Amino acid sequence: MDILSLSAVELGKKIKAGEISAMEATQATLAQIEKEEPRIHGYVTVDAQGALKQAEEIQGKIERGELTGPLAGVPAAIKDNICIKGRLTTCSSKILSNYKPTYTAEAVEHLQDAGAIILGKTNMDEFAMGSTTETSYFGPTMNPHNVGHVPGGSSGGSCAAVAARECYYSLGSDTGGSIRQPSSFCGVVGLKPTYGTVSRYGLVAYGSSLDQIGPITKNVEDCAAVLTAIASWDKKDSTSVKREDYDFMGSLKADVKGLRVGIPADYFTEGLNKEVAEAIRAAANVLKEQGAVVEEFNLSLVKYAIPAYYVIASAEASSNLERFDGVKYGYRAKDYEGLHNMYKKTRSEGFGAEVKRRIMLGSFVLSSGYYDAYYLKALRTKALIKAAFDKAFENYDIILAPAAPTTAPELGKSLGDPLKMYLSDIYTVSVNLAGLPGLSIPVGKDEKGLPIGMQLIGDHFQEKTLLRAAYTYERVTGKEAR
Amino acid sequence: MANKISDETIEYVGILAKLELSEQEQQDAKADMEKMLDYIDTLNELDTSDVEPMSHVFPINNVFREDVVTNGNQMEETLANAPLRGGDCFKVPKTIG
Amino acid sequence: MSKQYETVIGLEVHIELATKTKIFCGCSTEFGGAPNVHTCPVCTGMPGSLPVLNKQVVDHALAIGLATNCHITRVCKFDRKNYFYPDNPQNYQISQLYLPIARDGWVEIETGGVKKKVRIHEMHMEEDAGKLVHDEWDDTSLVDYNRSGVPLVEIVSEPDMRSAEEVIAYLEKLRHIVQYLGASDCKLQEGSMRADVNLSVREIGSDAFGTRTEMKNLNSFKAITHAIEGERERQIELLEEGKQVVQETRRWDDNKESSHAMRSKEDAKDYRYFPEPDLVPVMIDDEWIARVKAREPEFRTAKLARYQKEYGISQVDAEILTESRNMAELFEAATALCKKPKKVANWLMVETMRLMKEHDMEPQDLRFSPENLAGLIEMTDKGTVNSSVAKEVFEHVFLENVDPQAYVKEHGLATVNDEDALRKTLEEVIAANPQAVADYKGGKEKALGALVGQTMKAMKGKANPGRINELLREML
Repeated sequence: MDILSLSAVELGKKIKAGEISAMEATQATLAQIEKEEPRIHGYVTVDAQGALKQAEEIQGKIERGELTGPLAGVPAAIKDNICIKGRLTTCSSKILSNYKPTYTAEAVEHLQDAGAIILGKTNMDEFAMGSTTETSYFGPTMNPHNVGHVPGGSSGGSCAAVAARECYYSLGSDTGGSIRQPSSFCGVVGLKPTYGTVSRYGLVAYGSSLDQIGPITKNVEDCAAVLTAIASWDKKDSTSVKREDYDFMGSLKADVKGLRVGIPADYFTEGLNKEVAEAIRAAANVLKEQGAVVEEFNLSLVKYAIPAYYVIASAEASSNLERFDGVKYGYRAKDYEGLHNMYKKTRSEGFGAEVKRRIMLGSFVLSSGYYDAYYLKALRTKALIKAAFDKAFENYDIILAPAAPTTAPELGKSLGDPLKMYLSDIYTVSVNLAGLPGLSIPVGKDEKGLPIGMQLIGDHFQEKTLLRAAYTYERVTGKEAR
Repeated sequence: MANKISDETIEYVGILAKLELSEQEQQDAKADMEKMLDYIDTLNELDTSDVEPMSHVFPINNVFREDVVTNGNQMEETLANAPLRGGDCFKVPKTIG
Repeated sequence: MSKQYETVIGLEVHIELATKTKIFCGCSTEFGGAPNVHTCPVCTGMPGSLPVLNKQVVDHALAIGLATNCHITRVCKFDRKNYFYPDNPQNYQISQLYLPIARDGWVEIETGGVKKKVRIHEMHMEEDAGKLVHDEWDDTSLVDYNRSGVPLVEIVSEPDMRSAEEVIAYLEKLRHIVQYLGASDCKLQEGSMRADVNLSVREIGSDAFGTRTEMKNLNSFKAITHAIEGERERQIELLEEGKQVVQETRRWDDNKESSHAMRSKEDAKDYRYFPEPDLVPVMIDDEWIARVKAREPEFRTAKLARYQKEYGISQVDAEILTESRNMAELFEAATALCKKPKKVANWLMVETMRLMKEHDMEPQDLRFSPENLAGLIEMTDKGTVNSSVAKEVFEHVFLENVDPQAYVKEHGLATVNDEDALRKTLEEVIAANPQAVADYKGGKEKALGALVGQTMKAMKGKANPGRINELLREML
């Protein structure tokens, strides 16, 4: 039996049944990391000793019946912008390259309570700003399907690690597509939950009104299991929403009869790669054959989502990243003259080009005289975009779309033209603006063998509908990352 | 509609954001920002005069804590990552002359 | 000076609210202690931490807004004010700009017998900054975040004041309102109340405002008065010389008794306010307002009038008694019990004040019950204890809140009213002091006093001196 080819839930079952120990699974995964990391570079830090120690403790708890959940003893990885007490949390930035949080993020605490074995922290675009994981201070992550290509971003390390079987599942964060787009590029399942479903406490903020933590997994069942573990109403996060449902496992039924699926015709325009378009339409057909009612419609406002997103995200980021100043934690410049020079040198040396670009833009759009024209205009556009989705969900249970206009680009081809890179977020950012859940599931590969992901978008709190449709697709086609 | 960003503006934004840009970085930042603002200006095609700005997607309000002390002495944790420590304080270049 | 000038003053008053915990985290607001002991990831701006609003802060702010006749903003929100400074751990302060909790209020002040309304432009909630200590030796500053995140309200007045006297009256008025509400102790010297002064001058008769300056770091009424006078003179001098007043922030130096401009290219004063995405709106409904209104105490202005009318207390005495709500409530409760307002007032204004001064206490530190004060007054009136014993007993009431009846009994301090015992003691005193007796008989009235004293001493102070005097005269 190949331990590494198991899904997280399958592994959990075997550990519980005593067929495999948590220690064996951890050792196998660590060996895979050792083998694959030179090729993939999915991790910023791997804590092998810590993982083995956790495996021993958790195995004991499982044997004593103290841990019974589906994820007990399963090795996982955490994106490096999610805090874990005493462990480096760098956001793939020089400015936090030595930072060890003194507390653990709420979502990670829930995973630890569920018996997760945390292997390490995964690479990402610096402060989650980027679509390729190439803006990492620690160097890029490579796409396991073709190391000449990027894994996508910003949760590129988390997605690559799952795809390369360097962990059974991982956590990512999604501000404008940072879970769904790299999941699509790496051929794994990634979910951005409804805003407020997973606590942001302990997630280093990029765009606070848009950020959500979500699961990245090999299949839909694992996705439901991890979401069940991490979703919570957290009093430490004022924007956390009290939901009626926190158990997502019940949604795993292969049944889409009567499900109303809308495909935004205005997504299928010139920017969309032909192979991707075909794969998405073919996937829609699969659901149709299973009894779903599939229709095309016009979502409208598509081209305004990216400009509105970049104004809002950059503005919030410019403020969120002010705290990195060399006073309380992280990097401080070596030589400086006086306070303001210390600030400037620390930040100029500590941040990379893309982060600085967004901080500059964000500071500008909030500055005196421009706030109304840019920031408020973007917030008004956001209201219109949300209204457009509300209207769509009057007619459809699910919106079916590509996760990205192309498959993974080659390494080194994206950062030269930032605006062009931003445009690749066209199918994902509006979901964040409207606070909706969105799931990416692999539906095929292009001629180069690079994965293509389908995005399913639901109305607020409709994760179960997304999971059910995705599960149906997966069962029917047998397409899973193994 | 092409936006023009002056050297002064870039310098001013640098002061606000506490970023010290090299000559080359300044020129790049100008070009980037002009390009982005031109793109952002497409939002002006939308008539939003009757639309309220939306900060929060959900109509959640009144999320409070009770006024009860829950934190003990965390001084060592607070200072654990300090780049420069002076006694039990963070040490910074002198703030006022 | 050829022209006549008028000073135009508006104030920005910061008041630290009396909560147990900080505005956005569960850290204590307690004063003192070692640096950074009252800190956590939230109030030190650790990455990933999030604020959660303390409900008590809204309650206090709402009470102050209502008591200062403001319109309450039914949906108020928080905004971020962005600026870099080491005492501000996130490098933004969570404050309110666009929808502050209260707007358009007023308070009435009285100076030299003239009443006047000072309008309040707005009041908002925000977080306090940490403390910076400057090390002169190695050109560094030390940052302590114990005060970071302590809740504040900032009350911004309209430019309605014209003199330092009016400014002080306005501050006193705010202080009394806020203290009566229990929303803050408002101590200027300890920084729980702080005032920034916006001042401009203009020719009398002019409607237009002159260019104003803002003065910071004023820690006492004296500093405020001197700073206002100095700034008025400085601005008039500039105008007389045909120069312009520059709109700027000036820092008051208490030691130098002067202010200087705080100018820096790095302080762009462009705060890039935007709605705080980590906090949700505060909705204040009628019910909440009614609940806060119902808790509103009788304020000082009302008490002043009532004390004079109802209890026949003088204006001056009423002002002393109502200086703090605690003292006023002690007065009212004790008076209700013993029905002797003047005696209660006397105990509070003389002995209580003396002991407060001796023990360095504030009115809010008073711990004795009105029952015990009223009980002691009854005992003196009945002659159960004489006045010097009463003072001694009161000291224990003041410090330990003892029951005076029980205390007197336990320590055997009651006046001895046993005539036989008294006569017996007097006979002994007379026998032991032949010289004094002779002196008295020889016409020296003073000698009688010495005999009374000897008797009191012999009876360990527990006798009624008036009765001793009577008996002595009779016996001699």
